Amino acid sequence: MFLKIIHACKTSKRKVQLSFCCMRSILSLSLSLSLSLSYFFFPFRHDIMKWNGWGYSDSRFLFNKKGQAEFTGKRYRLSGLILPSLKDWFEGTFGANLQHKSPATPALNVSAVPPPNLNESFVEELKAAGVALSQEPEDRVFRSHGHCLHEIFALREGRISRVPDLVVWPSCHNDVVKIVELACKHNVCLIPYGGGTSVSSALECPPEETRSIVSLDTSQMNRILWIDEKNLTAHVEAGIIGQDLERQLNESGYCTGHEPDSMEFSSLGGWVATRASGMKKNIYGNIEDLVVHIKMVTPRGVIEKSCQGPRMSTGPDIHHFIMGSEGTLGVVTEVTMKIRPVPEYQKYGSIVFPNFQQGVACLREVAKQRCAPASIRLMDNEQFQFGHALKPQVSSIFTSFLDGLKKFYITKFKGFDPHHLCVATLLFEGDREKVLQHEKQVYDIAAKFGGLAAGEDNGQRGYMLTFVIAYLRDLGMDYYVIGESFETSVPWDRVLDLCRNVKERIVRECKERGVQFPPLSTCRVTQTYDAGACVYFYFAFNYRGLSDPIHVYENVEHAAREEILANGGSLSHHHGVGKLRKEWMKEAVSTVGLGMLKSVKEYVDPSNIFGNRNLL
Amino acid sequence: MASKSLYSGRDPVLKKRDDFEDVLEERRNSSDLRYALRCYTPALYKGLVPCKASMLKSIVLQSDSLQYVVGQVSAECGESREAVQEEAALLLEEMAHRLQLGTIRFFAFTLSKAFKALFRGVCVNEEGIQRLQQAIQEHPVVLLPSHRSYMDFLMMSYILYTYDLALPVIAAGMDFISMKFVGEMLRMSGAFFIRRSFGGDKLYWAVFSEYVKTMLRNGYAPIEFFLEGTRSRTGKSLTPKTGLLNIVMEPFFKGEVFDVNLVPVSISYERILEESLYARELLGVPKPKESTSGLLKARRILSEDYGSMHVYFGHPVSIRSLAQGHISRSQHNLLPRHIPQKPTADTQAFVNDTAFRLVRLQEENMVLKPWVLLATLLLQNPDGMDLSTLTEQADWLRRLALAFGAFLDWPDHEPCSKVISSSLALHKNLVCVSGGRVRLVVEELPGAESATEEAGFNRAVSVLSCASYRNQILHLFVRPALIAVAMQTANCSRKDEVFNCFNFLRNVFSNEFILCPGAAVQDFEEACYLLGKCGAVQELQQDLVMSQSGQTTLAFLCSVLDPFLQGYQVVCRYLCEELEENLLENKFVPAVRSFTLQLILSGSLKCYEALSSDLQKNALAALIRLKAVRRVKAGDQVTLKVNKIAVNSLEDTLGKTNVQHINIYLYSSLLNNK
Repeated sequence: MFLKIIHACKTSKRKVQLSFCCMRSILSLSLSLSLSLSYFFFPFRHDIMKWNGWGYSDSRFLFNKKGQAEFTGKRYRLSGLILPSLKDWFEGTFGANLQHKSPATPALNVSAVPPPNLNESFVEELKAAGVALSQEPEDRVFRSHGHCLHEIFALREGRISRVPDLVVWPSCHNDVVKIVELACKHNVCLIPYGGGTSVSSALECPPEETRSIVSLDTSQMNRILWIDEKNLTAHVEAGIIGQDLERQLNESGYCTGHEPDSMEFSSLGGWVATRASGMKKNIYGNIEDLVVHIKMVTPRGVIEKSCQGPRMSTGPDIHHFIMGSEGTLGVVTEVTMKIRPVPEYQKYGSIVFPNFQQGVACLREVAKQRCAPASIRLMDNEQFQFGHALKPQVSSIFTSFLDGLKKFYITKFKGFDPHHLCVATLLFEGDREKVLQHEKQVYDIAAKFGGLAAGEDNGQRGYMLTFVIAYLRDLGMDYYVIGESFETSVPWDRVLDLCRNVKERIVRECKERGVQFPPLSTCRVTQTYDAGACVYFYFAFNYRGLSDPIHVYENVEHAAREEILANGGSLSHHHGVGKLRKEWMKEAVSTVGLGMLKSVKEYVDPSNIFGNRNLL
Repeated sequence: MASKSLYSGRDPVLKKRDDFEDVLEERRNSSDLRYALRCYTPALYKGLVPCKASMLKSIVLQSDSLQYVVGQVSAECGESREAVQEEAALLLEEMAHRLQLGTIRFFAFTLSKAFKALFRGVCVNEEGIQRLQQAIQEHPVVLLPSHRSYMDFLMMSYILYTYDLALPVIAAGMDFISMKFVGEMLRMSGAFFIRRSFGGDKLYWAVFSEYVKTMLRNGYAPIEFFLEGTRSRTGKSLTPKTGLLNIVMEPFFKGEVFDVNLVPVSISYERILEESLYARELLGVPKPKESTSGLLKARRILSEDYGSMHVYFGHPVSIRSLAQGHISRSQHNLLPRHIPQKPTADTQAFVNDTAFRLVRLQEENMVLKPWVLLATLLLQNPDGMDLSTLTEQADWLRRLALAFGAFLDWPDHEPCSKVISSSLALHKNLVCVSGGRVRLVVEELPGAESATEEAGFNRAVSVLSCASYRNQILHLFVRPALIAVAMQTANCSRKDEVFNCFNFLRNVFSNEFILCPGAAVQDFEEACYLLGKCGAVQELQQDLVMSQSGQTTLAFLCSVLDPFLQGYQVVCRYLCEELEENLLENKFVPAVRSFTLQLILSGSLKCYEALSSDLQKNALAALIRLKAVRRVKAGDQVTLKVNKIAVNSLEDTLGKTNVQHINIYLYSSLLNNK
């Protein structure tokens, strides 16, 4: 019977919303069976997700027997389609070869996982309190990493370093209070875990940690507790995953509008803890604009504000100690967020510019006139070509003829150099009429900078790219290509200089470090602000012939970050600092600034219970 | 300090240098006209923003940084913005080049004719050209030639045209602009003109620096200027000026370009066109004003033989690599980049170090002709030498110079005597051979008296002309020579004692020679290494000992420095003995000159080089730097206040080095006994 329940849970996957009491009953049941310490039967996401790569297990890129690229599964627009030009782009860009494969270890070697270092009395009391927990190697390994290149690379090679000793699943705020109390009492180290999409080494267990490390997985705290239509707010448990939050709100006719690229997998608590930014922030704002109230459990107790006033002058905003604290101070358990009615109309769009400079000038003008659409992004030429390589096989001769005609018009008639032109993708949202009006305004500005409207299709494909690009990295890694993305924010007048210098630095560093083939080094401007922009870089290279590719990769990334800082860019726009960028914190916020943050940590968590050692 | 890493671990001797190719050879065998009209398609900078010379001006005038300064100036002086803007436009008009291919073609034709008449060959290292071509495509390039002659920048453009490289824009002094027609021709061949001094003129500085930076950022053309600021009249490299270097580095510091390549170029002449002009100038005969008629008169030089010249394009030096670890570019993060900022002390030190490093690179790649060695020897034997002795010693000196890493163009396949006689023949205006003795040519006076001022002057012209060749090799010997003198003075072989003396002398002479600030230890080690390598000195644990065979070398090195030691003493003596209360700074040189001339005429001084105004000015600069003399500004005039005790003690210390007089004899006798 027990097996059956597991089976039922697994097949029903995420659609099933188990009620609190139902889970409790299963819990007591399994306790009574006392099979093992593992209570591994929630509808856990990790059953349908890769253990050593990005996203869903059923969705992946591969080169089929004919050498054509295809994307498996049914989840995305691209799923099940053939991408005829990806192979040529892939081989041409990286000098890669489909004959040279670097496959991943197929399954986790459980014996390679170090045995858990348990604090027995902590575990006993936790069990007595009825909190779900597991010490199964799979569960622990799954929560031992984010998605930095070095983390995934090691998993693919089957290398396991320090992993949490125990995973606990609180089901509500009070569970978290209990867990934190016990952790303080028994001096164990807690690492909060939300969606696991960190790219700052934030989830890595500090190897120097000697205490038992407990991963606190918030995934079971995933309910919308109430919706307040008068004030347009929703009170939500922090473990909820982005896409679930939007879908459930949509059912009531609302949305938060917060759509970071990782929203399929990242959690609300994670957004708060890293100061996340969403694609549509121009309408809805970034996470700091969206939260009205936060509840966080710390070793000192629970921190929260006493009312939901929309703005306060009560000293420095305590929310700003919480947002961006990266799990060093406590666990965010519940958040009140602004919500909006689902927009009536959405429209994608795209603009071709003769070169990147013109594109940036246009974005700057749009920002100046404060008429940015929900999203506006500018891809450089390399990324434009990359996007092109992801075009699925066209079904009719007519479409391909039309494509040819478009290309002819832009390159021959308008004289755009295909090696310089770049594309902006747009997303408009709102009333139909206003959207069309808005669209005209933006296209008129674009025309002043030589921009030509290039259709909705290109726009939509551009946004799809952000969801599948992480899958593409896994494909690259199958063929000796490794890559990563990183971001920054920078004043408008430095955007061009920073983009050029960072891209060139990457190329130069790769060359100096013996990378045989020029790397892919590309960027896009993904957000506009009044005083500057957010720039996102991708870089990837073919590592055949390198004895320690990850070391080379890390050196290049380090150099690129130095270059960003030297060119007036910030340490991070929304990825956060984690452990990956810690070394620059002092430079970034000054010694006094760092001291301020340290003294907060000192007060809130004197025994370093939240010991992931991020940020400070 | 930055200099530490810049100069560590260099062994000049192991330096590999490229081969040369004579660009005139083809000119002699094919049509100059066709050459001037041929298809010219240089490889350009990959990030080039195409723009015309006229458009460049409007970019500069509209630039944020110039607009900022215009606003500032208009607020300060109460003039309207438009008026100041107009003024800026005029300044730019006066300054800007108007590079035109047609003019270049005209020069390509006429200069081909002229160069063929003047030179036996113009030798260029082709590998350097290839490196340059690569560099031009990658990053903005700054060409930094040495400056010995008016020919330099014409020659640079000529060579770049010949090799189908992007033509440079050249920072030139305003002197040329007054030349009717010629000034405009130069402008159209890429020269832009800057005033010699514009100290406090904010607007001028803004126009000028923005103009240069705009050309650099856009990758418009390689920018060429002379680090030394002016033509060296002495054949020695001049202490570099950092103003323009600062300007071309700024776009890198502010992240506006990824990198900038600095390319040192060494131009060496077997015989300098301005030879005797320079000597006269050093003796106080004013430099003839640049004029078109003067140029036409000078055409008689076309009938003379100036031997061959060498142009060596050095390895491009990446500012990015140099600045790595020395400059934090993020210091510019908090101020809008168009607001002018004084460079920080760190930046200034870095730019200064770089400037010295580049001048040393120029020196190292300067080709030395056999005549340079002969001039060195002849100056040490003012009464002339037997041809056989000269031949013998020249051969010895050749080997020493090679051991020190000299870039010597000595024809290996010819016998030594033949090399020497052809060298002497080329410089027959300076030396003559009669009865097997070689001596300096001194213009005879119609009257017979020889002890007059005029006779002294004529002899000085010969000596200084000759010295300008000897000086070309000084960069090679100066560090070991400072040790040689220090070893004599220290009177003790302890290394630290020798170093102290070395450091003192190095400090005194740091206006005279290219000695990088803050690099005393490196210089000392480098010199010790060289002396050890040629077997002159043995380095023991605590001591530095002259080896048995080293006496000749050390004595020779001492006498290389002798004219400078004596010259500086004369200046000190003048300041102690002769000075009336308030000496005006601009009266200093003439006063020292006549004082020195008197000493020479009275027979108590043999050193004619002490008459050189260059040496006198350097000595004064050193004394001011050492705080023995103070400059006091009173209105427009600057007077010199002398601390006689300090100057006196300096003279005494320098006097201790006088042992070398004995040594000269010692060393010649040793040579003769060999």
